[in-house]
Amino acid sequence: MKKLNIYALIMTFLFVSCSKDDDPVAVNEEEVITTMIVTLVPSDASTNITLKTQDLDGDGPNAPVVTVSGNLKVDLTYTGSVKFLNETETPAEDITEEVEEEDTDHQVFYTVGSPLVMNVVSTNDDSDGNPLGTKFKIDGISSAGSGKLTFTLRHEPKKPNTGLADAGGSTDMETTFDIVVE
Amino acid sequence: MSNFINFRIGNFNHYMRLKLPILIFTCLLISTFKIYSQNCAYNFSGVVMDLHDESPLSQATIQIEGTDNIVVSDSNGYFKFSGLCLSKYSVTVSHLECKSKTFTIKLDGNIQKIIKLEHHINELNEVIVLGESEKRSKTIFENKISNELINNNSSSVLGDILKNISGVSSINSGNSIVKPVINGLHGSRVDILNNEVNIQDQQWGIEHAPSIDINSAENIYVIKGAGALQYSGSAIGGIIIAEPSKTLLKDSLYGKTLVFGGSNGKGGSIMSKLTRTYQSGWFSSIQGTFKRFGDFNAPDYVMSNTGFIDKSASFQIGLNQYNYGFELYLSSVNNEIGILKASHLHTAGDQIRAIKSETILYVDEFTHKIASPKQKVTHNLVKLKAYKRFQDFGKLTLQYHFQNNKRLEYDIRRGVNKNTASTDLRLKTHTLTLDFDSNLFEKFDFKYGIKGEFQNNFPNPETGVKRIIPDYDKYDFGTYFISNIKLNKNWLLEAGIRYDYFKIDALKYYRKTFWESRNYNNIYSNIVINELTNQVLTNPVRNFNNFSTTIGLSKKINNFNRVLLNYSIGSRAPNPSELFSEGLHHSSARIELGDLSFSSEKSHKIGLTVSHTKNNFNITFNPYINSINDFIYINPTKIEQTVRGSFQVWEYMQTNARIWGIDTDINYDFNEKLTSKNQISFLKGIDKTNSEPLINMPPLNFQNEISYKNKDLNNLIVSIQSDYTFKQNDYPNDNFEVFVPTTGKMELVDISSTPSAYHLLNFRSSVEFKKENNIKIKVGLNINNLLNKSYKNYLNRMRNYSHDLGRNIILNLNLIY
Repeated sequence: MKKLNIYALIMTFLFVSCSKDDDPVAVNEEEVITTMIVTLVPSDASTNITLKTQDLDGDGPNAPVVTVSGNLKVDLTYTGSVKFLNETETPAEDITEEVEEEDTDHQVFYTVGSPLVMNVVSTNDDSDGNPLGTKFKIDGISSAGSGKLTFTLRHEPKKPNTGLADAGGSTDMETTFDIVVE
Repeated sequence: MSNFINFRIGNFNHYMRLKLPILIFTCLLISTFKIYSQNCAYNFSGVVMDLHDESPLSQATIQIEGTDNIVVSDSNGYFKFSGLCLSKYSVTVSHLECKSKTFTIKLDGNIQKIIKLEHHINELNEVIVLGESEKRSKTIFENKISNELINNNSSSVLGDILKNISGVSSINSGNSIVKPVINGLHGSRVDILNNEVNIQDQQWGIEHAPSIDINSAENIYVIKGAGALQYSGSAIGGIIIAEPSKTLLKDSLYGKTLVFGGSNGKGGSIMSKLTRTYQSGWFSSIQGTFKRFGDFNAPDYVMSNTGFIDKSASFQIGLNQYNYGFELYLSSVNNEIGILKASHLHTAGDQIRAIKSETILYVDEFTHKIASPKQKVTHNLVKLKAYKRFQDFGKLTLQYHFQNNKRLEYDIRRGVNKNTASTDLRLKTHTLTLDFDSNLFEKFDFKYGIKGEFQNNFPNPETGVKRIIPDYDKYDFGTYFISNIKLNKNWLLEAGIRYDYFKIDALKYYRKTFWESRNYNNIYSNIVINELTNQVLTNPVRNFNNFSTTIGLSKKINNFNRVLLNYSIGSRAPNPSELFSEGLHHSSARIELGDLSFSSEKSHKIGLTVSHTKNNFNITFNPYINSINDFIYINPTKIEQTVRGSFQVWEYMQTNARIWGIDTDINYDFNEKLTSKNQISFLKGIDKTNSEPLINMPPLNFQNEISYKNKDLNNLIVSIQSDYTFKQNDYPNDNFEVFVPTTGKMELVDISSTPSAYHLLNFRSSVEFKKENNIKIKVGLNINNLLNKSYKNYLNRMRNYSHDLGRNIILNLNLIY
């Protein structure tokens, strides 16, 4: 009798633990950045130039789609802004807001590859007065040519720093655009 | 007449219920009959010996069960019964300092017999309560970590203490996450048993250390290979067995307290254990450990965020009698482990910065605080066990255990998720086993058992991060039969077979692009249960039928030389991370992809052990070859572009591999005071299919130790240990190139090159003081990495980001009461 009870107990235990739950819910990856849109507003009020990278499957096998809407012009200056989006969610989530809220933990860096000649400088600061870089300015474009312009978003960089080389932290976003200057 | 005795012995239990006078009367009656019976004039004589050194045991009591026919062995261990009948008798041999032994003899004339008893020289009156170590494997050499070594390294982790065994190394993620490697194999190829419970603690990745507090163990054993089939058939690397302490069969209360302080990490540990025992066999014990360390130091800098906190406790209660007993064991291990901040990198470009940098990328002030990235790991265990011994039959043991594991991994995150874990796994395992240890035949021992196991994994979706390990239920049914046959005085044959059936039933979301790129949408279209915009929910079910066998011979050549030969076939079903991984592995900055179609790995291992012991010299020589078919390994296949930059893609694959090596142990005592210990571990691992070396194979290692002991100087022990690790020259080239914007060039990411050879010196010393009331105090001073040598270890995943530990001065105090 006693043995039977123990057996019943064990079976109940196993049965209860074996009973299957409902299907697991899908995870919405809230922090993923799928898209970066860089908008350049030229000083001559001509059409804005958009640099865009979009990778809707995140770390999946598809490569990002990188587009540049037009060419830059010598002697013009550009007012720029960087926008980060998570388009796996509908509507798309604007990650730029988070980056700007946690401004001391983030910085956008710009790398100008030769033979391009231009100055790219951050125009907005974090709450400690160090550059944040989601808004910037391009000037000093002195000669025509084509080259690479890279935007890098670092998380928890050393601030202040002298540039990417000593900033440390981890890379949340990095895209290189092929730029033509006319 | 003889029939009558037979009947009487067989029904002894029945007679016990009768009143004592009747019993005495019966006994008298039998003795009277015996003396005068004509058929009963035979002798049973023999010698009682110590099992270990075969020295004669005097004062052993030999009793014919159920009679008052008792004799005591003389100074030569000799005993003799006379006036016995041609019949079957059950005989119990007991000795004050030994474990009792019961066996059956069949008299077909005068019989002589040598009886060997397990003689516990230092453990007066002790008996083995649990985890009887008799039949693990008689043909595979078994290495042991002694209690003394555990006490002296109470603040270490399992993986570090096991390196005191030749052929055992470790694969690390920093200094606190240490996984044991046995003959080149680790992870789910190495089973870890804590008090007979096979620990299921999400041991799928390098960064998952075993959840075990070494202080809960009395001794730790290592079996290199899959031969111990009573535990598992899938441990193709080997089995680590942590055994709890044995309990005294007397009314007693004893305990110990170990206090440690270490200079590196500015922390320490305290552990206490108290045991209460009774003559009747009842026992209980309680043990707790607390460890806390801050950031550890490399010789030249602080390794920020490498501290850890460990809180563990165990409780045990039970009844231990020769014929029956039970045990309840509860254990809880809680760890919080910081992950080197400088290793938190995201892209291949970040990796280049780290590898090229002369020093560590991120250094902060020393702190005891643990920040993200970090792990919080909890392992809770309940074990219930009962056994009963049946005369002339054997011992039946029934065991149930439940393990509850929780694993939280915190990453450096953004926004509202800042304090949310990015991995949250809950693994529950129920296991029921029934084992039968036969006592039916005199020359043929066998053990048979069955096992049923149910496991459920729940990855919490609230992390907001894609689950690398999916929801799954796993079922395991196993059965084994192992036996030893004593062919004659010197030869022993061991053979065993095990069958395991595994079923894994998972619910997994795949990224649609991956699902299609692998062509799974055509091959596995039948397992899709729901399609979302960019994910598919699938229900993969896999069944595995695994057979494992072992066969071995043990030959005692003479008193000095022994040879063991073993051939084991082990089978391991692929683990969940090998089957289902799909996505970015943050801690290694690479994308890892599993394969749904994997079959079981099959290992064929031949191991030979030759040991020679003579007076003050002992050498054990252990060559082996392990041929593994369908060996699952992870290999870089391509570069993938994401918005974050380039990542290397590592895919799990199957190949045929071979690992061979030689472990050598040499001990030499110059005299009573000066002793030496040497161990050499050498191995080579080859991917046969691709003709290239296997990754993460431990390089050649020499360990030498010279100790001075003086019993007259408060048991002073001073020793110096040298540890020389060579450079690993055999490694696969997994380097790749990525575009680095700052230089505007494609650059090589050298993740493959191995660090240079290094030589470490360690110093140990201790003295003992005995106080009245049986209190013993031991004070020790140990210095690890005495010369503060800056080095990198090939088998440390953090080697590209930081150096290994610098000098550590450890003071310890052992109080035994």
